[in-house]
Amino acid sequence: MTNRITTRFNELEAYGRPGFVAYMMAGDGDSQALLNALPEAGADVIELGMPFTDPMADGPSIQASALRALDAGMTLKGVFDQAAKFREHDTDTPLVLMGYANPIHHMGFENFARQAEKAGVDGLICVDIPPEEDGELREALGQHGIALIRLATPTTDDKRLETVVENTSGFVYYVSTTGVTGAASGVAQEVGTAVSRVKTASGLPVVVGFGVRTPEQSAAIAAEADAVVVGSAIVDAMHEGGVAAATELVHTLSQAAHGAKK
Amino acid sequence: MSDRASADTRPNALSAWPDARGRFGDYGGRFVAETLMPNILELEAAYEDAKRDVNFQREMEEFLRDYVGKPSPIYFAERLTEAFGGAKIWLKRDELNHTGSHKINNCLGQVLLAKRMGKTRIIAETGAGQHGVATATVAARFGIPCTVFMGATDVERQAPNVFRMKLLGAEVVPVTSGTGTLKDAMNEALRDWVTNVSDTFYVIGTVAGPHPYPAMVRDFQSIIGREARAQMLDRLGRLPDAAVACIGGGSNAMGLFHPFIEDESVRLIGVEAAGHGIETGQHAASLKGGEPGILHGNKTYLLQDDDGQIIDAHSISAGLDYPGIGPEHAFLHDAKRAEYVSATDEEAMEMFQLCTKLEGIIPALEPAHALARVRDLAKELGPDGLILMNMCGRGDKDVPQVAEMLGVKL
Repeated sequence: MTNRITTRFNELEAYGRPGFVAYMMAGDGDSQALLNALPEAGADVIELGMPFTDPMADGPSIQASALRALDAGMTLKGVFDQAAKFREHDTDTPLVLMGYANPIHHMGFENFARQAEKAGVDGLICVDIPPEEDGELREALGQHGIALIRLATPTTDDKRLETVVENTSGFVYYVSTTGVTGAASGVAQEVGTAVSRVKTASGLPVVVGFGVRTPEQSAAIAAEADAVVVGSAIVDAMHEGGVAAATELVHTLSQAAHGAKK
Repeated sequence: MSDRASADTRPNALSAWPDARGRFGDYGGRFVAETLMPNILELEAAYEDAKRDVNFQREMEEFLRDYVGKPSPIYFAERLTEAFGGAKIWLKRDELNHTGSHKINNCLGQVLLAKRMGKTRIIAETGAGQHGVATATVAARFGIPCTVFMGATDVERQAPNVFRMKLLGAEVVPVTSGTGTLKDAMNEALRDWVTNVSDTFYVIGTVAGPHPYPAMVRDFQSIIGREARAQMLDRLGRLPDAAVACIGGGSNAMGLFHPFIEDESVRLIGVEAAGHGIETGQHAASLKGGEPGILHGNKTYLLQDDDGQIIDAHSISAGLDYPGIGPEHAFLHDAKRAEYVSATDEEAMEMFQLCTKLEGIIPALEPAHALARVRDLAKELGPDGLILMNMCGRGDKDVPQVAEMLGVKL
């Protein structure tokens, strides 16, 4: 099945330029406005965060953002509503949900997958369900055409990489550093080596994230990967300066990524 | 199938879980970020290896005997028995352990394992501070740097334990994220572990977390039940009619229960913290007031709302103030092998004072919860009945808090 994710990465490949993946938290501030504005600001793929009370793989920025979103009343249903509204005027930009297992499990994997499909969602990154545990979820997502996107990290050795890339689809998210979101980013050179390893093993596009904040980092990481992911910096900009500041930042960082030489 | 503390090796035995995937029935498992998976798998292999190593076992036994003070005695609580007017009540005195609770049984095992694996740094989470103190103690003994994550709220209400940990050379990190209690301390410990994955060993304090922790912690804590079972047979020539323990995450209860699981005549009774009462929503009773979900590496019963968000637990006892429960308890609950009941803050306060006055034993607020249900059970079983309760910790740490609640200025 060719979906928006595959189409988008094929386009980027054809243009010969790296892509830019923007992460934002659903429900933190005027998130619908930001979501709608991201493609024009330069996001090739959007990761939409589903807030959770106990985000144990996230650093301070995204933790605080999740709690603000929950305080403002965001729910999983609310996330789907935002996705559906986004799809009313953007039919091309891949939309990937990112979050933690419990709310998804609570809704029921099948129910979650069905509603995600209905809302125009293309993929899911679930931080705390490793390959060993994701059979049931993967099956449900597969039936509704949603890609299950896995994470590879510096601790994923060659043997483990086989497990990680097996049955994965869409793209692989390479976490450039051992740590939480927003921590210092990986060294570009090491990232390049890791990316080729993951690409070879998976046959899928590889995006790289964790700790990218500046145009220089964005360009350096993008040069080594199919796309660079920025999350915490966008979340901070949104909190401090609203939609205008966040889109401005996405514009700057995505231009740096798009201009990087592969 | 790997971890068996009791002698029963029948494949379908309730005591024979978890399976190779770390599952107790549908519960347990390994729900962690990918960065941690290699570590979890390495830990599992190292633990399996250590279990088979007689030198490791001998070192454990020596330290348990000479450093922790094992075996702890069982004691006939004659005056509580009189006061409750029914079954005979025997206490397993694990509050007499070095550092004042059952926690050290597990810390010793895990720190020895860390040493064996060549890890050079220990981290732990703590609620009331008992697990933090026990971890800091053993880390001090083996000269391994130790960092303890503790909710900022708990740091304030457990100041003496914070100072103890610092005296022991541990760094205490107050956690302000979330609500600043035990679950947030565990989140922060996981964040630290994901960052310092190669040199750091995470000593989890209860029978929860990703496999192999629930089974490993249970194995280390099963010394409680193994000793008590042998002591009962030796002293009284019979097994108890019921084994009772309080439950937060459930490590002392699992340690007590496990060696009795195949003794069908022994009722296993876990007492959760009902806080202000389960009907008020302000409690820590995950089995009675929660439903299955996924948190902190395992699938188990959790306090959560309609959207799968975790609800803060409430208990007078910081050691029970956790919105989840070990997956093996979830399994024994569903299999109806163990019974789970609860006791309120108020009942715990009452039992705290009663036990102190009648037995000259100041119980921690945690086992004071268990005493409240022992009272009912004693009446139910009558004078011929025999109850074994784990006195899992002493109450010195709770004296300032109890004084404040009674309106006494120290």
